[in-house]
Amino acid sequence: MSGGLTSLSFPKNAHAALANPPLLKAIAHIEETLVSGRRRAAEALPEFEALRDAGRDIKAHTLAHLDLYLEAFERKVVEAGGFVHWAADAADANRIILDICQKAGARRVTKGKSMITEEVGLNAYLQANGIAPVETDLGEYIIQLRGETPSHIIAPAVHVNKEQVAADFRRVHTDLDPKRNLDEPTSLLAEARGVLRERFLSADVGITGANFLVAETGSTVIVTNEGNGDLTQILPKTHIVLASIEKVVPTLEDVATIMRLLARSATGQEMSVYTTFSTGPRRAGDPDGPEAFHVVLLDNGRSAMLGSEFEDMLRCIRCGACINHCPVYRSVGGHAYGSVYPGPMGSVLTPSLQGLEKSAHLANASTLCGRCESVCPMRIPLPKMLRHWREKEFERHLTPKKARFGLAAWRFLAARPRLYGLATRLGAWGLARLAGRDGALRQVPLAGGWTRWRDLPAPEGGTFRTEWAKRGRK
Amino acid sequence: MSSRDAILGRIRRSLGASGSDAPRLAAVRHRLAETPVNVVPARGQLPSAERIDLFVRKAGEVFATVVRLGGRDDIPAAVAAYLRDRNLPQAIRRGDDRRLADLPWEREAQLAVTTGPSDGSDLVGLSHADAGVAETGTVVLTSGPDNPTTINFLPDHHIVVVDASTVAGDYETVWADLRRRFGAGVMPRTVNLVTGPSRSADIEETLLLGAHGPRSLHILVVG
Repeated sequence: MSGGLTSLSFPKNAHAALANPPLLKAIAHIEETLVSGRRRAAEALPEFEALRDAGRDIKAHTLAHLDLYLEAFERKVVEAGGFVHWAADAADANRIILDICQKAGARRVTKGKSMITEEVGLNAYLQANGIAPVETDLGEYIIQLRGETPSHIIAPAVHVNKEQVAADFRRVHTDLDPKRNLDEPTSLLAEARGVLRERFLSADVGITGANFLVAETGSTVIVTNEGNGDLTQILPKTHIVLASIEKVVPTLEDVATIMRLLARSATGQEMSVYTTFSTGPRRAGDPDGPEAFHVVLLDNGRSAMLGSEFEDMLRCIRCGACINHCPVYRSVGGHAYGSVYPGPMGSVLTPSLQGLEKSAHLANASTLCGRCESVCPMRIPLPKMLRHWREKEFERHLTPKKARFGLAAWRFLAARPRLYGLATRLGAWGLARLAGRDGALRQVPLAGGWTRWRDLPAPEGGTFRTEWAKRGRK
Repeated sequence: MSSRDAILGRIRRSLGASGSDAPRLAAVRHRLAETPVNVVPARGQLPSAERIDLFVRKAGEVFATVVRLGGRDDIPAAVAAYLRDRNLPQAIRRGDDRRLADLPWEREAQLAVTTGPSDGSDLVGLSHADAGVAETGTVVLTSGPDNPTTINFLPDHHIVVVDASTVAGDYETVWADLRRRFGAGVMPRTVNLVTGPSRSADIEETLLLGAHGPRSLHILVVG
């Protein structure tokens, strides 16, 4: 996926999304499902705000001692009979995983849902090397059939409607009765369950991500609703976990605290259906479970975020709350961002991981309204970090010329209060005259981007500063 | 330099810290050894009877069905009744766990009980939970020689026995119990926290039960 980054085309992508009614209809559900679900779940738990503080503190403590907790985690995995591999970047991670698969003689590979494998582009890499991994999360399976990328980190197929899923299933599941009824989500789910069951049972290697790595016990933890992540790891002979370094937490108590925030923030559930702790391979006498257990720890730019103004982003637990509450995401969906991670968290993270040159527009895909920060379970100051990226964009001369000129002109005026006062008074007067009696402008020079979609209300009185001065005197 | 050293080195440089700094090492050792408890919701902090009631209510809210039994010997009849009520064949698969093996299965002459891991052909699996968590109606299952994990996921119906005396108010109580049984810092290969039957909302955000794991979760609370 890293090759397919189109974040620089965000404005174009966004316009295309706005002209796509089925997409807009699909993402419209987010309000009544995920947003109201989160609100209800948070209101039903009096300790929710205190848990957010505790969650933030756990992650802050862990990040300050990240090297030591990673070493502790590694020791415990090895003690339990597992292997730990360190991957500096995406290429490292892909190579390590391919190597494990090849040594295991893997022909069939199943995957649990994992954003980190999207980040490194694992599927494409394995495919290019003769191994075709099968996504088993229903949403991931659907988009894999469609040759698409996830448009949401927890609801990857949120942009697809059931008619499209039915068409994809008919196209791919050609051994099934072509006259079968696929009108309802229930029949689609039943068909996917049947098809994927075969894949689970015949897989040689299962790959999952991790929501947590527990330093105390060497456990990797996945949180899912479908149970596909569990079937992915208990049936094949080899279980590979790919996780980024900031997923480590110290203890089981710390997992419990963040667990209480994760599902509530993500879907409004108090707890996801399956929270599974995996520690090493199967033990002596165990009748099932994988015979080999590998954890691949991925850095891919994160160690450089520590100690920088973007360190707080490493607290992110990938719940998707900021995405669900973002007015920009809710207007254009996830693909418009052209990045693996969409929405506010993606707009902060992507430039860190991929470089600002490839993603400079993302920091502007925000109104800075602050809803993301107000719902973030880890209290990540997302708007502040988006502003940091805007500043860097300007400093590095990545801002488009017109915008730079506008900002320079504004700066010139703002630094000269008298001139500023004169210019704004003149502007207000001029606009009011131009608007005439209807009090609205249909066209304004230099503001075509605004007036193309709506009228500009003309100023009715003086400027803010003259009004302020008048009221201050009273 | 290995990737491991490179990554750890970069982390230390970014943090401006050293890997042999005594106060940092002490802070980490302390946290891992003392495992301090953070914020625990008051919701589950209840006397035994009310705690079990909360567990039953919470499990129901996430679409599990729950039956309370007076004693362990009632389990075979309750299993047979569940199968009858849903028109399922009288057959289950379970592990060799003593808590399930020592039950009067002979009282249900029609019921075929097989043991060992599931290969995906079983309609109904029976497991014994190590604990319940009242806070969210969650059951806790651990893997081991007598407790195959496949039974928790492959059968269409999962019946789970929970001893009422093991229903905890919160997860932290369960962690303390795991440390007592397996040792500090040691976990069984797989610990499953299960909260309701498998579900998905990946198609048009419509909530559907029975995605890849069991379509139904039936909990027998004993005592």
